[in-house]
Amino acid sequence: MPEQLLFAMEVTLNGLMAGVLYALVALGFVLIFKASGIFNYAQGVMALFAALTLVGIQQGQVPFAHLINAIFGTEVHHFPWQVPSLIAIVLAAAVMVLFAYLVEKYILQHLIGQPDIILFMATIGLAYFMEGFGDIMWGSDIKKLDVGLPQGMNMAIDEATYNWLGYGFFIDNLDIVATIVAAVLVTCLVIFSQYTKQGRALRAVADDHSAALSVGISLRFIWVLVWSIAGFVALVAGIMWGAKSGVQFSLSLIALKALPVLMLGGFTSIPGAIIGGLIIGVGEQLFEFAIGPMIGGATQNWFAYVLALIFLIFRPQGLFGEKIIERV
Amino acid sequence: MKYTKLAAASVTALMVATPVLADLVFPSLSYRTGPYAAGGGPYADGFADYFTLVNERDGGIGGVMASVPECETAYNTEKGVECYEATKGLGALAYNPLSTGITYQLIPKVTADDIPLYTPGYGRTSAANGKVFSHVFNFPANYWHGASLAVNHLKDVSGGDLADKKIVLLYHNSAYGKEPIRTLEDLSEKHGFEFLTVPVDHPGQEQKAQWLQIRRERPDFVIMYGWGVMNQVAVQEAANIRFPMENMIGIWWSGGDHDVTPAGDAANGYKAVSFHGVGSDYPVFDDIQKYVVDAGKAAGNGDHIGKAIYNRGVYAAMLLAESARTAQEIHDTADITSSMMRDGMEALEITEERMAELGMPGFGPAFKVSCENHGGPGTGAIQQWDAAAGTWSLITDYGPSDMEIIQPLIEEDSAAYAAENKIEERCN
Amino acid sequence: MFYREAGDFKTSYRDDNQTFPIRLDRMGYYILMFVAFLVVPFFINDYWVNAVFVPFLIYAIAALGLNILTGYAGQVSLGTGGFMAVGAYACYKLMTGFPEVSIVIHILLAGGITAVVGVAFGLPSLRIKGFYLAVATLAAQFFLVWLFNKVPWFYNYSASGQITAPERSVFGVMVTGPNTEAWAKYMICLVFVVALAWVARNLTRGMMGRKWMGIRDMDIAAEIIGVNPLMAKMSAFAVSSFFVGIAGALFFSVYLGAAEASEAFGINKSFLILFMVIIGGLGSIFGSFAGAAFMVLMPVFLKNVLVGGLGWPTDLAAHFEFMIVGGLIVLFLIVEPHGLAQLWRLTKEKLRLWPFPH
Repeated sequence: MPEQLLFAMEVTLNGLMAGVLYALVALGFVLIFKASGIFNYAQGVMALFAALTLVGIQQGQVPFAHLINAIFGTEVHHFPWQVPSLIAIVLAAAVMVLFAYLVEKYILQHLIGQPDIILFMATIGLAYFMEGFGDIMWGSDIKKLDVGLPQGMNMAIDEATYNWLGYGFFIDNLDIVATIVAAVLVTCLVIFSQYTKQGRALRAVADDHSAALSVGISLRFIWVLVWSIAGFVALVAGIMWGAKSGVQFSLSLIALKALPVLMLGGFTSIPGAIIGGLIIGVGEQLFEFAIGPMIGGATQNWFAYVLALIFLIFRPQGLFGEKIIERV
Repeated sequence: MKYTKLAAASVTALMVATPVLADLVFPSLSYRTGPYAAGGGPYADGFADYFTLVNERDGGIGGVMASVPECETAYNTEKGVECYEATKGLGALAYNPLSTGITYQLIPKVTADDIPLYTPGYGRTSAANGKVFSHVFNFPANYWHGASLAVNHLKDVSGGDLADKKIVLLYHNSAYGKEPIRTLEDLSEKHGFEFLTVPVDHPGQEQKAQWLQIRRERPDFVIMYGWGVMNQVAVQEAANIRFPMENMIGIWWSGGDHDVTPAGDAANGYKAVSFHGVGSDYPVFDDIQKYVVDAGKAAGNGDHIGKAIYNRGVYAAMLLAESARTAQEIHDTADITSSMMRDGMEALEITEERMAELGMPGFGPAFKVSCENHGGPGTGAIQQWDAAAGTWSLITDYGPSDMEIIQPLIEEDSAAYAAENKIEERCN
Repeated sequence: MFYREAGDFKTSYRDDNQTFPIRLDRMGYYILMFVAFLVVPFFINDYWVNAVFVPFLIYAIAALGLNILTGYAGQVSLGTGGFMAVGAYACYKLMTGFPEVSIVIHILLAGGITAVVGVAFGLPSLRIKGFYLAVATLAAQFFLVWLFNKVPWFYNYSASGQITAPERSVFGVMVTGPNTEAWAKYMICLVFVVALAWVARNLTRGMMGRKWMGIRDMDIAAEIIGVNPLMAKMSAFAVSSFFVGIAGALFFSVYLGAAEASEAFGINKSFLILFMVIIGGLGSIFGSFAGAAFMVLMPVFLKNVLVGGLGWPTDLAAHFEFMIVGGLIVLFLIVEPHGLAQLWRLTKEKLRLWPFPH
């Protein structure tokens, strides 16, 4: 096989893997948008906050240590213990549930019935708040996230493809894990929403708020539920991205990677988020591979948006979005 | 009532930013928040701690206390402007904003306000030409020196010959990252190596495409000009594709401790260019521990001591303090102004003996600043990361960079600036 | 009591149609203009100009522009930062290419160029609506910034890709470059703000503004009663981008003096200006100013109180600043979703009745 084709195949495979990571972030957006019509800009910061909390708990950091030291002149930094990864993940998830409850109680409840853009703005305000809050709680230095995920090139694939095609493909172990985790996560979500009482209620709310209210579904409970799930998804995304770069401020910027995915897949569709993620992942990697070197490279940031824009021109509601019916 | 009081208090706070008189003021435009906080924090700590040490141990510079008012910029140019204006009124002697963007902003402003701007290892490279940039100093080394130093080292490790080698520059796609391209292009002509550039857009969280490209190209060496999250991801991705770490060499801003620790053991052997000493094995750090940290006067919590970026803050503070001392000698007054400070910086001479006296033997090169040359000698060493010990160590001596290539570039770029802004050359 | 329209008789249609039909408003406006033009310039210093007044005035222009697009025509845009970059780079190219022409003309031309670019990126709005459009404008944001970073022609092939504003003067007074007097910086921005606010006010209450609002409230209905959606949307994009472009040109040439696309005109700028518009009040000229004032003054104020007044460490103060600004945004939306402009209207209503409750 010609070399260029092999390279393109490798790039495509890696693009698919990157797409899974994008989809993971986009999933959190879709869940909240579906259930409450809120475009949750804070999703990226939630991922950062969840990852910070996870690392903080795991390493036994004292929350607000910096603040406490500044006010009382003490020197506290760490508790004398370390928490095993699994327990830390569970605890971090619990914190995200608490977070969902507080968001519902203090923000969403007061904004019922407001126009979309106001709700969107409220989540931006929330994002600002969480950014400052996360830093005060856990400090703004880079933290190493280690929950025992494998990283680095997968040798088996490298060898197999080398023997077969004469060129070893590079696949990151972390990406393989991320793909498996994403698959499990989505399966669980589908099972949950199809076969449990709360899941059905969730779908009912997504379908029609007022009708759901009239048959006795508690909207407030559903909102807490869906923000909790989104918080958990943010935690998973935070772990996957944080494993690469350490947990730090820039983690919150992954939200920007998810926006074109959402546009392309449609704001209301879970399969849309996944397929959108894959298309964006492959599209931007292939573009950078094929066209990038000719026009100077570093094209991913804007090409994802342009790709989504092209799709939108043909399908203004995204690939899997609900059809927009307009009446006067 | 309560509200009026609060309002009145805040208005006074807005108008009077507590003037500290008869102090030597070195404002620290730091950033402890935002995407680059991990680099900004240790630097600002080192900068402040050294001046605190000078105050506590020596009773100030020439008997006058130094003060370091800190102002948070979050690496944002607008906040940088605000900070500059806010601290200017305090009688600032010199600025050190640790941001290339803010530096560009301030170059014309400080020249008009007659305040020196000190940008060690960053900022506008061609400011090394003192004939054009009267108020900007970037000794002892700049980005172009860094590129040349990296190439020199690569030449050494490949047995003195770089012909038919391939070098990739992985750079932050911004003004800062693009700086070394010209130098490396010229060097590639001179040494005959093949040169490729691979940009990474801000913030650099996702570099899969770049590293796949590097893997396909199979370069012998990778030079990195990164900052922020880009560094950590690049080191991790390099480890992922099993690129030999000792063949990857970063500029000093890609050579912080926090850049390599997230990758763990995989980062072992990674190299970076440095223009100052690393580690805490210098007497000055014992003094800092004794007079500053143990006395509870440290800017941070004292755990950055000996880290590469912290040391850079200390080094920058030391050179500024020495410049202030020089200025006091020249003008024969302890209470110097920013204009005298500029003269002091231009007449600065750092010797081995002086550094030893300060408890920093061999911490940086010995050099002398002149009217024409504000850029110092451009020497530097290579540091290497030992993941098991968790420390950097210098593996070479301070070597010279290729001034034959760099000087014409400096002349050319500063001449363009002079023409654009109608500046007449000085020092003639 | 304090604020009333009683006894304020109009005898001609012209009087009835003036911008401030209530005498008190009018007087307030004249006093404001008097203070802004004839008092402030004499008391202003470098700090106030660079930290407060100039950013406020420039952001007010950008917020006016975005408010026309989002508040009046209902098209949410997150490309403001990119369009500001167009204005800045256009201004830079014009300034360096034609040094003999006045900078005022350059700034206006930069606005015009931005309008053209804005229309081009506004075309998808004919098919894409709501949040989909908001995200689509991000394509403009990222692409434009990348373009200015990548094509050396835009920054005159300088080694680092930074653009630096050369010195230019208006009527013999320096307005750009490091030697500009504080009052000159302030005055040039003020003149642009007043002129553009006047344009915006009259556009939005005329036929064009009514068309925009028709499209905003329900585009299909508006189309049925004879509003051409293509013309209405494109004109909104053009006018809005013109404003934003001028803001970008002033931002670069007068305020910053040197800029780099990815740093000065990044995505944060787009969000910041959207904040201003929403906090100030969608569809309100006053709101654009109030929002800009809020977002510019709040951080400076907080920083000075927390660091300067209370002596906190800068990092803690910066983190708290984030929390407070975020908290205030949420609080504002909960208390008054229609922004500061609505609060102002309510205050006026209260003052009109005071001291009687009804």
